[in-house]
Amino acid sequence: MAGLIIRRVLQLILLLLGISFIVFLSMHIAPGDPADIIGGPTASKEDIEGIRESLGLNEPLMVQYFDYLKGVIHGDFGFSFQTKESVSEALLSRFPNTLNLAIASIIVAIVIGVTAGIISALKHNSWFDGAATVISLAGISIPNFWLGAILILVFAVNLQWFPVGGLTEPFWTVEGMKQLILPAITLGTGSAAMIARMSRSAMLEVIRADYVRTARAKGVKEKTVIMVHCLRNAMIPVITVIGLNFGFLLGGTIITEQVFAINGVGRLMIESIAARDFPMVQGAVLLVATLFVLVNLVVDIVYALIDPRIGFE
Amino acid sequence: MEKTILEVEDLVTTFKTAGGEVSAVRGISFSLKKGETLCIVGESGCGKSITALSIMGLLAANAKSRGNVHFNGKNLLELKQDEMRKIRGNDISMIFQEPMTALNPTFTIGFQLCEPLLIHRNLSKKAARQKGIDLLKQVGIPMPEKRMKQYPHELSGGMRQRVMIAIALACSPKLLIADEPTTALDVTIQAQILDLLNDLKEEFETSVIMITHDMGVVAEVADRVIVMYAGEVIEEGSVEELFNDPQHPYTRGLLASVPNVDDPEFKLNPIPGTLPNLNEEIRGCRFHPRCPFAMEKCVQASPVQTNRKQNHSVRCWLQEAEADEYSKCQPSSAV
Ligand SMILES: Nc1ncnc2c1ncn2[C@@H]1O[C@H](COP(=O)(O)OP(=O)(O)O)[C@@H](O)[C@H]1O
Ligand SMILES: [Mg+2]
Repeated sequence: MAGLIIRRVLQLILLLLGISFIVFLSMHIAPGDPADIIGGPTASKEDIEGIRESLGLNEPLMVQYFDYLKGVIHGDFGFSFQTKESVSEALLSRFPNTLNLAIASIIVAIVIGVTAGIISALKHNSWFDGAATVISLAGISIPNFWLGAILILVFAVNLQWFPVGGLTEPFWTVEGMKQLILPAITLGTGSAAMIARMSRSAMLEVIRADYVRTARAKGVKEKTVIMVHCLRNAMIPVITVIGLNFGFLLGGTIITEQVFAINGVGRLMIESIAARDFPMVQGAVLLVATLFVLVNLVVDIVYALIDPRIGFE
Repeated sequence: MEKTILEVEDLVTTFKTAGGEVSAVRGISFSLKKGETLCIVGESGCGKSITALSIMGLLAANAKSRGNVHFNGKNLLELKQDEMRKIRGNDISMIFQEPMTALNPTFTIGFQLCEPLLIHRNLSKKAARQKGIDLLKQVGIPMPEKRMKQYPHELSGGMRQRVMIAIALACSPKLLIADEPTTALDVTIQAQILDLLNDLKEEFETSVIMITHDMGVVAEVADRVIVMYAGEVIEEGSVEELFNDPQHPYTRGLLASVPNVDDPEFKLNPIPGTLPNLNEEIRGCRFHPRCPFAMEKCVQASPVQTNRKQNHSVRCWLQEAEADEYSKCQPSSAV
């Protein structure tokens, strides 16, 4: 277990170094000067130069990068060019919304995906199986902005069951849940489809396994055969897919947050990119990458708990 | 001998396949007495496992059985699913060929061993655990307390098969079906497992159906033998009769293809040809395309069962030909 965690942390450090460098470079190479944006259209050439100087943008690139890294090592992610607030505080204040959205989405995806996958496998080649296959294909290919817009149109504008957007209430209140449902479905549909495909094929394989026949030969009830003997084994590959998807969901809230006007990390990232707010973009990307690796670590641990053949070495 | 505990009558098992309906078991009948070990032998693919699974009610979804399987005064083929479930693992148990895959990799030995006791015997968890430890001792597994907490991958193939035997015997079944339980094991382990089964059979007073393609195994454990070919029983008899006086050319072929360690001059003589496909139409005797003694009649009609002696019957036209010869020589004394 300790070995696994140490390995993951080392991996994380390397990954973050690489990512931060690439993001840093691409932000500086891409056209658009943050000083222009901060100065606004009325600023004079001298004003802009002064802003550049004060932001440290006139230093050589490498010096800027190492200054940034030095700060990060000391837990200082810098300050927003635009609003001057601390990057870590800004991210922390937005992060709960993103996390809530991602968790709600993965729950939607797991409940729908695993259930549909299992029923598909048990009723192999039935109309349900066929319908689930078609719907999952659609679910994987539908773009989030389109699905979100349709859901808003139907359930928020026409039926008025849910609010059009925003995520302002705590998730444990009825209002909060109502606010979460449409975005969670929008974001979770693709993952639900992938989880359903994986659950179906894993279950189909497990149902034919020798040990399932052994369970039946012992006189185990059919329900227990499926829910205990089959499910545990079928879930092993599904957990990988769930973990991977949760990572993607955490980093993939950008469009959904935008469509539903949710104040999360994704939206912050878009605004910061538009404003060439380098430190904010860097911070957001590093946060998402860290979460991705942490999720993978959790998946590895759950994996080893479910499958005794995998140790913690 | 004691009373009959299992009576199979005209069992037919068919599969629905893309190419139409095919029969894997074609009307076989046999019975099993209390305490007896019956061996079912035949080449791989001749329908031995399907016969066993038909009795257990564990066939694939595309399969259907008809005929009668009388056990304990009931026709198993007519039971409802839940009634059959209560018999499985309780009155009738089964051991499979592949010990490496027959146990669930994600549950402990203890969980899997205690399961039938919890289901059929209503034992408390604690009592089941104790009984499980006793069973592991009985099947010769050292350190049973420790094994209970281990997972299948921590045990060798031979140990896993012992665990399977313990699971099968947990509820002291009246009938144990062992489907090639030693085929996947090393030779030395094979002998140990066969000995163990022989001992436990006495201890648990269980009747055994032992399925094998190995005449060596038959010699080791059988009281009575049925020989299957392409879904049919072609010869049946006591183990002595069958080894000393085999009648069907196929049975003789099987015996000739067993390596004989004692006789260095012995030449291995495998039966030429292969089993027919399930969807292959064969007129007459199903063995005739491979039979060195096939006659005109064998192509025309399928042979009827003839009883040679009280405990030896054969399905082969050669029997009739022989009887004809016999009656020609001694017309007055023919029975
Ligand atoms: N589910 C199935 N569908 C179609 N054919 C099957 C199925 N299961 C087994 N068979 C066929 O039934 C025949 C008998 O198989 P089996 O009883 O397993 O042979 P064995 O004597 O080696 O145990 C084989 O030809 C096999 O291919
Ligand atoms: Mg078989």
